[in-house]
Amino acid sequence: MAGEDMSAEARGMADTVARRSYGKLVAFLAASTRDVAAAEDAVADAFAAALAQWPGRGCPANPEAWLVTVARSKIIDEARRRRIGEVSADHLQIIAEGLESAAASGEIPDRRLALLFAVAHPAVDPAISAPLMLQAVLGFDARMIASAFLTSPEAMAKRLVRAKAKIKQAGIPFSVPDRDELPGRLDAVLSAIYAVFAEGWADPTGVDVARRGFTGEALFLARLVVELMAGDPEALGLLALMLYAEARRPARRSASGAFVPLSQQNIKMWDASMINEAETLLHRASTAGAFGRYQLEAALQSAHVHRCLTGTHNWAHVVSLYDALLEVSGSPVVRLNRALAVAETQGPHAALAEIEALSTDPRMAEYQPYWAARAELLGKIGAYREARQCYDVGIGLERDGAVRRFLHRRQCALPE
Amino acid sequence: MQYLLMIYSKEGAWERMSPTEQQQGMAAYGAFTEALKMSRVLIGSNRLRPASTATTVRVANGKSQVLDGPYADTKEQLGGYYLIDVADLDAALAWAARCPGASHGIVEVRPVWSTAG
Repeated sequence: MAGEDMSAEARGMADTVARRSYGKLVAFLAASTRDVAAAEDAVADAFAAALAQWPGRGCPANPEAWLVTVARSKIIDEARRRRIGEVSADHLQIIAEGLESAAASGEIPDRRLALLFAVAHPAVDPAISAPLMLQAVLGFDARMIASAFLTSPEAMAKRLVRAKAKIKQAGIPFSVPDRDELPGRLDAVLSAIYAVFAEGWADPTGVDVARRGFTGEALFLARLVVELMAGDPEALGLLALMLYAEARRPARRSASGAFVPLSQQNIKMWDASMINEAETLLHRASTAGAFGRYQLEAALQSAHVHRCLTGTHNWAHVVSLYDALLEVSGSPVVRLNRALAVAETQGPHAALAEIEALSTDPRMAEYQPYWAARAELLGKIGAYREARQCYDVGIGLERDGAVRRFLHRRQCALPE
Repeated sequence: MQYLLMIYSKEGAWERMSPTEQQQGMAAYGAFTEALKMSRVLIGSNRLRPASTATTVRVANGKSQVLDGPYADTKEQLGGYYLIDVADLDAALAWAARCPGASHGIVEVRPVWSTAG
């Protein structure tokens, strides 16, 4: 009986440490060796050793230090075994000493920010940065990441391996960039975090096992960057933006699973504490006086929330925020959303004129919200036949069944 | 780590430049090379003759095949290189950006497969 208790306790402890420390351990080992794959392997081996040894011998007083010591010897053994001219003896000695001193002091320096900057380095394919973060910092396996990003596990595993090899062989540094390079490099880190969030956001009800928790993990990463970057305004903006969105998650679907558009959501189902936190963060960011994309997007979220809560017609303010956002991003998606705000201030004809410029943009051809917006506006000016056609395209492009059904209902509600 | 900075640029552009422009171009490369030397990162560098002087060799079935012309018949050709020794990729990229070749062409940065150890 006592043995079982001890075993359960050890397993529980290993789980807790894994959740809290996985990324920290990988980051520390990877930053010392520039080898993300070897660091991941060593940390996985160390956790396996913990599960094997802790139940019998009891949990160590400092589990993190214990794990680092085990992982460190794994890395050094492996490097010695495979020493085929890639790591010199001197280099090995330096690595060993660096890892030694950290293990001995029991204090593991937090190098997660350095790891984030390495995986979001411009020399790494930007499309793989978000999956790489999920794997190296959060410990998701390739199968789960592949399923969330709609690719085969083999293809995803191959791309992750290739990115890690590039980081190691090209000598991508594990460090926070200099001040003059920081804005662009930080933007890459933030946009990878936002990509993680967007993957989770695509599963509104949280039923998709592969995506469950991705929004929470993105919030965790953003909090980490805010903490480690001492309140950078854009990092604060991204965290606020994601909190505004996450706060509305429970209201995005009705009890029967139907899609509920923002204007019809039950505001009592919104998470008030998340919205309050987002407002506070956004205010804190604004005092820095350096506006960027994420702060503007968060300000837009704030405006939408404010309108729904108070019933104030603030569309002119929304249009001006989109104008500012268009200046920094120039994205066709921003232009589209701006047009929808224009529809509220100047009517559907003006909005249609605004999105006319987008009709030749190849990025819009397969973008569902573009077709839905066009259909909506055409319906308002009485062009029902064209509206129906646009709904068809939008429905055909959407992968979420609830949104498809919503668009279909809107299509059926059009007069003959 | 050692990196090879390879300068790719449009063939013939140099010949079409005026003597003054050529002089300025030479001076820019000279200054860049000097800066690399002063920073003690330069291992070696060379300018290559045009791709029209290139010859390729391949041995297949015991027979060597020699062909006139470069490996890839592209508009941009390898025109020169710098071999440097710096701390990491960011340092190598910073030097690549300062290279005049990055302004009139493209600089490819490749880590050297180290055999030390």
